[in-house]
Amino acid sequence: MDAPLRLISANPLDQLARTVEALLVVAAAPLSAGELAEAAADDPERVEAALGLVGERYREGRSGIVLEHVAGGWAFRASREAAEACARMVEKPAQRGLSQAALETLAIVAYLGPCTRPDVARIRGVSADSAVASLVERGLIAEAGRDDEGGAIRYKTTPLFERVFGLESLSQLPRLDDLGAGVDEIRDRLHAVAEKRTA
Amino acid sequence: MIVRELELDLDAFEGPFDLLLTLVLKDELDLAEVDVAAIVLAFIERLAEREELDLEACGEFLVLVSALLELKARGLFPEEAAELAELEPEAAAEELARRLAEYRRMKEAAAWLRERLDAEGDRFFRMGPAPLAPKAEPQLAPQDPAKLAAALRLLATPPPEVSLAHMALRFPPVTQFLERFRSVLRRRSRFDFDQEVGELSRIEQAVAFLALLELRRAGEVAIEQAAPFAPIRISRTDIEREDSWTLRSA
Repeated sequence: MDAPLRLISANPLDQLARTVEALLVVAAAPLSAGELAEAAADDPERVEAALGLVGERYREGRSGIVLEHVAGGWAFRASREAAEACARMVEKPAQRGLSQAALETLAIVAYLGPCTRPDVARIRGVSADSAVASLVERGLIAEAGRDDEGGAIRYKTTPLFERVFGLESLSQLPRLDDLGAGVDEIRDRLHAVAEKRTA
Repeated sequence: MIVRELELDLDAFEGPFDLLLTLVLKDELDLAEVDVAAIVLAFIERLAEREELDLEACGEFLVLVSALLELKARGLFPEEAAELAELEPEAAAEELARRLAEYRRMKEAAAWLRERLDAEGDRFFRMGPAPLAPKAEPQLAPQDPAKLAAALRLLATPPPEVSLAHMALRFPPVTQFLERFRSVLRRRSRFDFDQEVGELSRIEQAVAFLALLELRRAGEVAIEQAAPFAPIRISRTDIEREDSWTLRSA
């Protein structure tokens, strides 16, 4: 009596959802819906729907494992309530002890990248060599070809950067126009000084 | 050799290297006018005059000249600060404001990243190198055993034997030439070695020469040669004796 009923109630995406779940467990980096569809040999739209089922099951408060949309893909992470326990067991080498210089350099590369070390040095006014080297070593930025003019190495942020900062993509960064409060005030004061000198 | 005392004779400057450096450092001489290559040349010429390589002088010179080159390069490509100084105060203020604004935005972006990092600090995830995708098995085209056998058969053929014929040297017996020279000398009192053996092979010529030496050792012939590589003349010893006797008596 039970068998036919179960067939009717079973979600046709259940099996695909289990496959997606399995793929996310073996993956080392976030997987896009396209990549999941290719590995599962299924339709990307059905994979999106299956991801919905997986996300419903793996969410904060319901599971120790949480599905998140990050760095342009889907990945599992630990739930926030388990953070303290995780912190006692594992290190966070990518973001531990990031200096102010490194963070500023990271911001410049994230907004202006791909850009070269001289580009960063021009904005910050000091050499960017050690900050860039430290960010490369952490895996937050990586080489992205060479400058057309001088042949200097250009850098861009990595998917790990987005993952560490919990960004779905770089477009989640605040707009540059919204930053820099007080810029106008600086400009006015400078112009006032300039006028005095010309007078 | 003292590098500082190196005498220079350049278009823009004449005198010791030391003075040139002093003038440059005091801004009394424009480095752009100084031909650094000519200084290097002068030093190398002085170095070449001496027999031993003066490593200490070379080291000192390298340091001084590299410093000079850096100064000159900086002079030829004025710094951005200097460019700014040349701007009108109004334009300079605008340029400075633009740069400050750019930096301020980035500073704020960095602050935003810091906040974000703190807020996301309780997100833990596994990091590791991506596992490799399985390698596709290379598909071979259908193979025919007969073709493989034919290919192997080609390889299995023994290579043709290498002929060593050209390496065997055939030496004619020395006695053959002993007899030959003796018979020539019976007919003529002297002969020219080159003319006699000229048509023979190199090997035969060599054996003929051995025969000649043999005859000379036995005292049967006299050999003379005016100069190295000049024709070798051979004569019977009894004729030689007669000649010398004639000369002495004359």
